[in-house]
Amino acid sequence: MEIVLIGLNHKTASVDLRERVAFTPEQAREAAEQLRSRGLLEESLVLSTCNRSELYGVPSESATNSAGAVELFVASFHQISLNDLDHSLYRHRDSHAVRHLFRVSAGLDSMLLGEAEILGQVRDAYQIALDRGETGPVLNRMFQSALEVGKRVRNETELGTRPVSVAFASVKLAERIFGKLNSHRALIVGAGATSEQVVKHLCDRGIKQLRVINRTPEHAVNLAARFNGEVVPWENLPAALEWPDLIVTSVSSTEPVLTRAMINKAMSARGNRALLMVDLGVPRNVAPEVADIYNTYLYNIDDLTEIVEQNKKARVAEIPRAEAIIDEQVDKFLHWQAGVAAGAVLGDLRSKLAAEREAFMKDRFAAMPNLSEADRAQVAAMMQEFTERMLITPAEKMRGIPELRRKLQNFEAIRDLFHLDREKP
Amino acid sequence: MARSRLIHAVPYDDLFGSLSLFSWLLAATYLCLEAIHRRRVVGPFVLPIVLAVFLLAHLPEARVVKAPPAQGPLFAFHVTLNILAYSAFAISFVLSIIFLIQNQRLRDHKLGVVGWRFPALDVLDRMTRSSVLIGCISLAAGMTAGMIWAHRLEGRYWDGDPKVIVTVVILLAYIGYTFLSRTSSWRGARASALCIFNFMFVIFSYSIVNRYLSHFHRYF
Repeated sequence: MEIVLIGLNHKTASVDLRERVAFTPEQAREAAEQLRSRGLLEESLVLSTCNRSELYGVPSESATNSAGAVELFVASFHQISLNDLDHSLYRHRDSHAVRHLFRVSAGLDSMLLGEAEILGQVRDAYQIALDRGETGPVLNRMFQSALEVGKRVRNETELGTRPVSVAFASVKLAERIFGKLNSHRALIVGAGATSEQVVKHLCDRGIKQLRVINRTPEHAVNLAARFNGEVVPWENLPAALEWPDLIVTSVSSTEPVLTRAMINKAMSARGNRALLMVDLGVPRNVAPEVADIYNTYLYNIDDLTEIVEQNKKARVAEIPRAEAIIDEQVDKFLHWQAGVAAGAVLGDLRSKLAAEREAFMKDRFAAMPNLSEADRAQVAAMMQEFTERMLITPAEKMRGIPELRRKLQNFEAIRDLFHLDREKP
Repeated sequence: MARSRLIHAVPYDDLFGSLSLFSWLLAATYLCLEAIHRRRVVGPFVLPIVLAVFLLAHLPEARVVKAPPAQGPLFAFHVTLNILAYSAFAISFVLSIIFLIQNQRLRDHKLGVVGWRFPALDVLDRMTRSSVLIGCISLAAGMTAGMIWAHRLEGRYWDGDPKVIVTVVILLAYIGYTFLSRTSSWRGARASALCIFNFMFVIFSYSIVNRYLSHFHRYF
C-alpha cells in the first residue's frame, strides 16, 4: 500500500512550465482514467492550482517503478520532454507524500504563507476525485486528514489569522472597530487599483452600502457599477463625509484632500460616531492632524505596510506550531495505514495457513482409510481451531503495538518469512 | 455552596458569603451577556476575576453567623438582586477597560498579538451598555425589595443609612452613563472612562461604606 506523489510548484518551476503542466478538471479526469486503464495507479488525485500541479496516487500491486512511469505519463500527457520536467519535479513517497500534502493544506507550502484559499482548493480537488470514484480507501483517508490538518492549523495557530495584504488589513481593521460590516457604510474617494482591492474585500466581508467619489466620474461609475455602489459628484465631497463609517482614499494630489476642518465638521454632523479613514494615497490624502480628532482612526499606507510586515513575521513565528500539528496528524495517518496493513497481512496469513492445512490433511487422510467421515470432520475442525488460536496473539500484537510494527519494518519481514507474496509463491 | 447549605438560605450573612454569591452571579451575568452578544472573546478576562473572588470567598471555613432579623424571601431577593447588580457593573468595568486599551491600540496603530483577537470596539461598547442596563434594573429592583423589607421590619422606608445613600448615588451614576453613552460628545472612549469611574463608587460602597460607615449593611 504505497503512496506516490509527483508534482511541481512555484518554488521549483517557472510560471511558464507551471502553465504547461496545469490540469483543467477535464484533463484531470482524463489523466486519472488513463492512469488506471494502463494499470499504473489504483487510486489517483490531481491537485492543480495556479501555483502547483500535483498528482497523488496509490500504485497497483503489479506495477513496478510506478513513480517513474507516472512521470513519463505526465510528460507525454502534456507533451513536454522529460528532460524539461525533470529538474522541476519533486517526488515523494509514503510518509513524505503524506507530510507534503498536510503542509500544502496547512498553507505552509503556499507562496503567501498561511493563505486560506489552498484549503478550499484541496477540498474541491478531493470532492471531484471522490465523486468520480478515482480515489480509494488510502487517498480518501489521506485527504480527509489533510482537510482536518488545514482546519486545525487555522483554528489553533495564528498562521492564517492576521492579514498580510494592505487591502485586507484595512478591512480587518474596520472589523476591529465596527464588528460585522453588514450595516456599515463605506465611502471610496478615488477609484485606483488598491482601492478596488479594498472594495472587493469589503464586499466579501458583507458591506452593503457603498459610495464612490472620483475626480473623473467615468472611473467612479465603472467601480460603483461593478460593486453595486452609488456615485457621488466630486463637488459634494465635504457633504459626503457625513455619511460613511469608513473612508478609503487614493487620490493623486499634492495637497491633502481631507482636511481637519472637513473631518471636524463631518464628525459633529454624525454625532461623533466612530470613523475609520484608510489613506492609501502618496502623498497623503488625509491631513495628519485629523488623527487627533476624537473617535477617529486614521491609517496611512505606511502604517498599513508596517502592520502587514509585522503580521508576516508573526506568521513565520507560528510555523513550528503548525509543524507540530502536522507531525501529530502524520503519525495518526501512519498508524491507521499500519493498522490496515496489519489487517491485510493477517488476512493473507490466514488464507495461506488454511490452504496449507487443507493440503496437509488431504495428504494424511489418504494414508488413513479406516477413519470414518465423522472422525475426519472432527480432526479438520480441531486443526482449524488450532491454527486460528495460533494467530490470536500475533494479530493482537500487530494491531496494537507501533513499536513492533517498526521492528518488523511494516511487516515485510513476515511476508518474506511466510512467503506471502502472491507473485512469487 | 457549603455556606449556603449550612444556613439554609442565600449566603448573605458575612462578607465571604456575599463574595461567594458575588462570584456565582458574576459568572452567571457573563454567561448571559455571552448568550446575548454571541461573543466569547472576553471570557479570558472575566474568568480570572470570578475565580479570584470565589477563592477569596472560600478561604475561611463556612460557619453559621448570627442571622439578621426577620429573614424571608423578600430579604433574600434584596441581597441577591443587589449583588447581581454589582456583578453586572463589575463586568461593564472589565469591558470598559478592554475598550480603552483596544481603542488606544487602534489609534496608535499598535495592535500586536491580542489586538487582532480582542472583540470589536462596537461589540465591547454594546456589551458594556447591556451589562450596565442589567445592573441598573436589578439594583433598582433590589433596593425596592430592601425598602419594603425595612418598612415591614421597622415601619419606615428610608432610614438615612450611608449605604443606602451611596447606592442611590451608584444607581444615578449608572443611569447617567446609560444616557450619556448615546450622546455625541460622550460616545466611545469617554463613555468607557465614565463607566470605569462609576465602578469606583461600587468599590467604595462595598469596602469603606460596609466596613466603617453603615449601621446595618455590614457585609453586602
